[in-house]
Amino acid sequence: MAAVTVGPVESAPPVKKKGSIEHAALKDHLQSVAFLVPGAIWLLAIVIYPAIVTIKDSFFNETDTKAVGLTNYKDLFTTAETLIAFRNNVIWVLVFPFVVTTIGLVLAVLTERIRWATAFKTVIFLPVVFSVTASSMVFAQIFDVNPHVGVVNALTQTVEDVFNPPGAYPLQPGQTAASLASAGAVAGPHGTVQSTTAVKAGGVVKMGLTGFPPTTFQALGAVQAVAPKVVPGGVSGLVWRDFSPNNPTDSTSVLSGEDGYPQLHLSLVNSSGSAVASTTTSPAGYFSFSHVGAGTFHVRVPASNFTAGFGAGGVGTSWLGGQSLTPTANLSQTEQALLSVPLVDISMIVAYLWIWAGFTMVIVGAGLAALDRQALEASHVDGATEWQTLRRVTIPMLAPVLVVVLVTMIINVLKIFDIIINLGADTSEPGGQSSTLASDIYYKGFTDGIHTGLASALAVVLFLLVIPAMLFNLKRIKGGGS
Amino acid sequence: MTTTELPVAADPDLAIIGEGEVKGPGIWARFHAPRHLLTVFVILVALLWLLPSFSMLVISFRPEALFEQSGWWHLFANPAEFTISNYKNLFAGPKGGTVPSGFGAGGALDSLRTSLEITVPATVLVTLVSALSAYSLVFGRWRGRGFIFLTIVGLMVVPLQVAILPVVEGFSDMGKWTGWNPYGTIPGVVIFHVAFGLPFGIFLMRNFFRGIPKDLIEAGRVDGAGEWTLFARVVAPIGIAASASLAIFQFIWTWNDLLVALVILGADPHVPITLFIYDQERALAANFWIIATGSMASIVIPLAVFLSFQRYFVRGMLAGAVK
Repeated sequence: MAAVTVGPVESAPPVKKKGSIEHAALKDHLQSVAFLVPGAIWLLAIVIYPAIVTIKDSFFNETDTKAVGLTNYKDLFTTAETLIAFRNNVIWVLVFPFVVTTIGLVLAVLTERIRWATAFKTVIFLPVVFSVTASSMVFAQIFDVNPHVGVVNALTQTVEDVFNPPGAYPLQPGQTAASLASAGAVAGPHGTVQSTTAVKAGGVVKMGLTGFPPTTFQALGAVQAVAPKVVPGGVSGLVWRDFSPNNPTDSTSVLSGEDGYPQLHLSLVNSSGSAVASTTTSPAGYFSFSHVGAGTFHVRVPASNFTAGFGAGGVGTSWLGGQSLTPTANLSQTEQALLSVPLVDISMIVAYLWIWAGFTMVIVGAGLAALDRQALEASHVDGATEWQTLRRVTIPMLAPVLVVVLVTMIINVLKIFDIIINLGADTSEPGGQSSTLASDIYYKGFTDGIHTGLASALAVVLFLLVIPAMLFNLKRIKGGGS
Repeated sequence: MTTTELPVAADPDLAIIGEGEVKGPGIWARFHAPRHLLTVFVILVALLWLLPSFSMLVISFRPEALFEQSGWWHLFANPAEFTISNYKNLFAGPKGGTVPSGFGAGGALDSLRTSLEITVPATVLVTLVSALSAYSLVFGRWRGRGFIFLTIVGLMVVPLQVAILPVVEGFSDMGKWTGWNPYGTIPGVVIFHVAFGLPFGIFLMRNFFRGIPKDLIEAGRVDGAGEWTLFARVVAPIGIAASASLAIFQFIWTWNDLLVALVILGADPHVPITLFIYDQERALAANFWIIATGSMASIVIPLAVFLSFQRYFVRGMLAGAVK
């Protein structure tokens, strides 16, 4: 600021002067400088001076009482907690600006000649006007883990139900197939239930299961279980609901009031463990396998009977959770911090694309509208295809605009904060899988006790990271003939 | 126009969202065959973009009790689910006393009012102070204007995290010495917003002012007009459209802020609407009906401002695609 001097005029007005005119001119000079004063004071007091204090604080301890040299910086680059924040900033900077600029370019090019492009562009642009806080809440419900709330899980669960249909007896969350076995049944391999004892041809199997409410049986049309008849040369039996309200303590015999398990898929498993036949139970829970041949067999209830589908308390993917998309099992804590790519980052990037694509589309679109049409036309005349024209002519001509958009988005995500603390919730806290530099500065500086030194060092690092973008802007604006 | 470092359409009338009306054949002019496919694709993209906001809107009109039981799309199978009770509860008052009432401290209407109390002064101050500074930078005849301008361009990208900790401390010091501590008050938030709105504001106004012929000012000076007169009578009327661009931009920017309010308001119960939503989300028993209705209420004003002044907003954005 020292360079401000109320000096001689650059291009002195060609006025021949008497004293009073000179006096008036000097007054004008002073006034025109005075116009800068409010802005200058504001920027000095609230931006420049505090930024210098932050730099100083970054070399001091937490309570700002003792100089500690580079300790804070050393801590930043060695603790897993802040390394996670750095990693997330890297993921954001590597992925987001490039993708959002590409989407903006594609949308701008696609809508270029559409008559109702204005309406389309307005629709895409609207999220730019919403607060990131409100938009984060929108995506919090879209990504909700419960498929009865979140539309993403509703879709994935519906698709999964098609390929992997739910069973007639879906387990509740936390319930296991093994817990169902009551009489004559034990847990089998891989979430199945099977008969306790082995049988030969002509044998009868009775399996009592519990764990499902009466409504399940009503819905499936269950009736009173009856003693199964013997099938010569085959294996027959009964699967029944081994719980009678009249006699709740009995857990072995088939009592009045105890229904069969209808629509249960069963398989007959031979002594070497492979399924040789399959069948389905009747409304009374009766089943039979005919002509089973020699050997001993178990009757098994496959796990597919217990698959919970979308409609029965199914739980979807935790899109906003910290689970990593890259394998991390054999890594040290530091390696994990640096190398894992949590799903929550990707989900947030998707939400942020929705927010910012309209911005890149409009700026690229304005660049497109200003292009020299003759060059494009010449390219067509020369027989270039659309794709060639786009790649060889349009994109190179647009390059300056694309670079500006890219740099703008890089600055934006370096400072990324609002979506992190809103959509990341618990995972945004220091050490959490979605935390970033800006969220760490907030939590460490203002909530989690006051870590002035560490928060200041983080802020300085953030500042250093935006300096290349600052230089880019300066060069661009200076070179632009200012 | 001085922002032509960016080769974007320089004609202000093109600088609106709907400048699809380009002259000459477009890129797709010869791309006949899949034209209808393109239309279908574009419509699908538009629907995809509408879906998130639309789902939130539907949630805000379904009974609270159904939120976790069935997806918002069930409303279309059961139109009887439609209710405005969420909005009634949000604005008119408490349900069981756990949610603050409309205009009570911490209520949704109080928060909307607080947002305005922050946004309006911040917008007016940024526009006014930026115009004054830009006038000095463009029409002043002191040395070092170029250097100051580049400093301001540099400040445009400074993350506010770099300054906010010492500002909070400085506010407290100010409280000790003068008896007035802006920390935890609306003026404190405004002061900070103005400081970080100024670099972009000055940049934008300077670029617009440079389009005003200097001869006009020189002629005024020769005629003996003072700087105030020139500013108020010559530059301000011409620069009104530029001011509108800046004001709209600043209004929406400030309205949507969370971080500054979060840090500087501290424990003040009167919070802007973004902080209201954030607090609800962080509450132990998060009520999504409040979050959904609150979010919808929070976007009404910026949406109205944007739709009314669209071209000013986009012009400002294009002129300074650097923030």
